[in-house]
Amino acid sequence: MKRKIRLQRGEPNNLRLDEFEIKVETGMVVLDAIHLIQATEAPDLAIRWNCKAGKCGSCSAEVNGEPKLTCMTRLSDYPEDQTLTVQPMKTFPLIKDLVTDVSWNYEVNRQITPYQHTEGTGDPIMFQAEVDRVQEFRKCIECFLCQDVCHVLRSHDMKDEFAGPRFMIRTAGLEMHPLDQGERLEHLRDDHGIGLCNITKCCTYACPEHIGITDNAIIPMKERVVDEYYDPLKWLWNMVTGKSN
Amino acid sequence: MPPIDADATKERACTIPDDKGLLPTARTDLWWIQPLAVFMGLGTAVVYMSWAAFQGTNYYYDVEGASYLSPLYSPELFGETEHAWFGVKPTFWPEEILGFAVPWSPAFLILWAPAGFRVTCYYYRGSYYKAFWADPPACAVGEPRNSYWGENSMPLILQNLHRYMLYFAIIFIFILSYDAWLSMWFNGRPFEGDFGIGVGTIVLSLNAILLGGYTFGCHSLRHLIGGYADRIVRKPKVQQKAFDCVSCLNKQHMKWAWFSLFWVCFTDFYVRLCASGIIDDWRII
Repeated sequence: MKRKIRLQRGEPNNLRLDEFEIKVETGMVVLDAIHLIQATEAPDLAIRWNCKAGKCGSCSAEVNGEPKLTCMTRLSDYPEDQTLTVQPMKTFPLIKDLVTDVSWNYEVNRQITPYQHTEGTGDPIMFQAEVDRVQEFRKCIECFLCQDVCHVLRSHDMKDEFAGPRFMIRTAGLEMHPLDQGERLEHLRDDHGIGLCNITKCCTYACPEHIGITDNAIIPMKERVVDEYYDPLKWLWNMVTGKSN
Repeated sequence: MPPIDADATKERACTIPDDKGLLPTARTDLWWIQPLAVFMGLGTAVVYMSWAAFQGTNYYYDVEGASYLSPLYSPELFGETEHAWFGVKPTFWPEEILGFAVPWSPAFLILWAPAGFRVTCYYYRGSYYKAFWADPPACAVGEPRNSYWGENSMPLILQNLHRYMLYFAIIFIFILSYDAWLSMWFNGRPFEGDFGIGVGTIVLSLNAILLGGYTFGCHSLRHLIGGYADRIVRKPKVQQKAFDCVSCLNKQHMKWAWFSLFWVCFTDFYVRLCASGIIDDWRII
């Protein structure tokens, strides 16, 4: 069986879509098709990839406008007569063809207060339930599909004010860690703009690791920010009981 | 490796999907169905409940000893039925403001609480931002406006008060559960009248259950009951179990939200049909 695939080609200010017809094999994924095109018709085609197993997060792109890992997206997921269009992630600056510059993400990552271990005080034992809770966020493969689909970054380009879902889960993983003593809520509210997230859950739907980004990370972090900054009863309660989190 | 064929490259070239327009997107699926369905569903519910609230009549059915009170009117703080807590229409309610007559309905005094709970609900927020404000219309679909403030400034910063709406919503769950309990007794108060089950009893009981499932799966409750703590395992067993239960309900929060919204409308509709004499309630037991 043959099917048509369109790939975005070129560099910024010189973009085009090239259409190719390929012979489809059983079980073929979009990245296979791109490799086939690269090997037979477009040797100068640029695509970033590595593991081809959905674990390295390198081959992120947009297939028919939806952010996907190309190595985990089967051609058979789409109607046989439909032409597939593969484009680079829209949120990040384009380098060439399907490759974008995602280095902004690493800069944001460096702004997050790293793990600060409880030295000497407190109980060092972690129970499985506590491990599971933060371990979910460690499944992130940094494909940045959540960043790509987030409309705050994608449509409004508010990279100076909003860190994006990837770094909400990194912060949540550290904040919920039982042995961590770091303080990140002020930074999360003021610099990483958690209030800009309007919980449309696109990041959760796009995540190939099925991390509960919105329900398990962003909303719990929003609630902790509410505790700290917006809830007078909580302040009163903490004052009366002398408790903190 | 094959050489690059310049002519072939020219032949392959086609237009890049339009990145302009009101809702620009390269998506080829039926992405607009979900926001449209939410728009229709929420819009219908809001219109129906507003209409029902303005009626001010036919919200209580007491034929043949039954005691069914519409959830849109419960608790009935002031009103004409035996359910009214503080008697008839309050004197502080103005007859007119600036020459315009002010309508009265017992629902006006209470609907702000469940409405506020749903408006500030994390699930609904995400849904109505998409369906009503196109912010965004759907995932990976462009927006019709450039400016964006999120929930960082007024008025949407008030969404952070969701937990206060939750406190009221929990009180309502107990009241609606009591209404369901009352609906199991005919011709008298509980343990004084006859125990029985009518279709209305089932409708009111399901209403309390679905609203309970929605309210007790709330994200804010999940936080308040244990999510705030890094060491939930060190908390009392009962708190851990409560956290697990709320987390379990929370996984299906969207479904609870929709089923409970539909059912609260249907419950009012059923009571209204019975109270207005269009249908008779069927006493099963």
